[in-house]
Amino acid sequence: MAAQGRHGGRKSNKMTALVVDDNMVNRTIHHQLLDNLGIENVAVGNGKEAVDIHCSGKAFDLILMDMDMPIMNGIEATRKLREMGIRSMIAGVSTRSMEQEIREFIEAGLDDYQEKPLTVSKLISIIRKIN
Amino acid sequence: MEVVQIQRNLVDYTKSLFMEGFLDGQFLQLQQLQDESNPDFVAEVVSLFFDDSQKLLNELTIALDQPIVDFKKVDAHVHQLKGSSSSIGAQKVKNACIAFRNFCEVQNIEGCLTCLQQVKLEYYLAKNKFETLFRLEQQIVASGGSIPMIEMGF
Repeated sequence: MAAQGRHGGRKSNKMTALVVDDNMVNRTIHHQLLDNLGIENVAVGNGKEAVDIHCSGKAFDLILMDMDMPIMNGIEATRKLREMGIRSMIAGVSTRSMEQEIREFIEAGLDDYQEKPLTVSKLISIIRKIN
Repeated sequence: MEVVQIQRNLVDYTKSLFMEGFLDGQFLQLQQLQDESNPDFVAEVVSLFFDDSQKLLNELTIALDQPIVDFKKVDAHVHQLKGSSSSIGAQKVKNACIAFRNFCEVQNIEGCLTCLQQVKLEYYLAKNKFETLFRLEQQIVASGGSIPMIEMGF
């Protein structure tokens, strides 16, 4: 029998996600939110690590991208991933709420944007946009 | 004390934290992520938050003590603290960070120093409140009871 997440997500559908956030508290919460929906996921600490993991050949259905991070921020990482031809759903997740701050992030290649803190319902609304 | 009484105390105490504005609905979100497969999830995340915040507060203290203050750096630290406090529902810490960032923006050193003291105060108050909350939970579990779910109508 296929393993099921707490909210009924089937692990057998192999939906995968990458959490990109420099904050350990947020990484842990986002990891658990995805886990509970039955989505296999890994987490990295900045945009460069997100680019590197894709260069190593890994691919994900969903990328939850923070905006403010050291080394490479979410805007640069999103732009770079799109340049590399990555077509995964990239959702920006940040505490930024000013329209002009978010615009540059969206223009870098986001499919969706959600203001932190991320919740189950916000995550479900992102997942519904996949496909 | 009977386990039913401790359970009642926990419910009352948790509700008081919401009523007094220490916690917001995000804390309930966190609780909903905890289940039998990860019974210590909330305590672990809160512990991560306090460790991380302590480091940030130390770095902020040093950054604001420099002859020439790098407000961009100060703001980045406060931004981090605001993000993680909002993720665990520590509302008073988050609100203190919002006020702090306003003084960073206008590069007001006195305002920043006052806000740092306020954030530190809220940090210690929140830590104390969470410790009491988890102690009550531990007492319930040790007495063979289960943790009551708190409904706050968010």
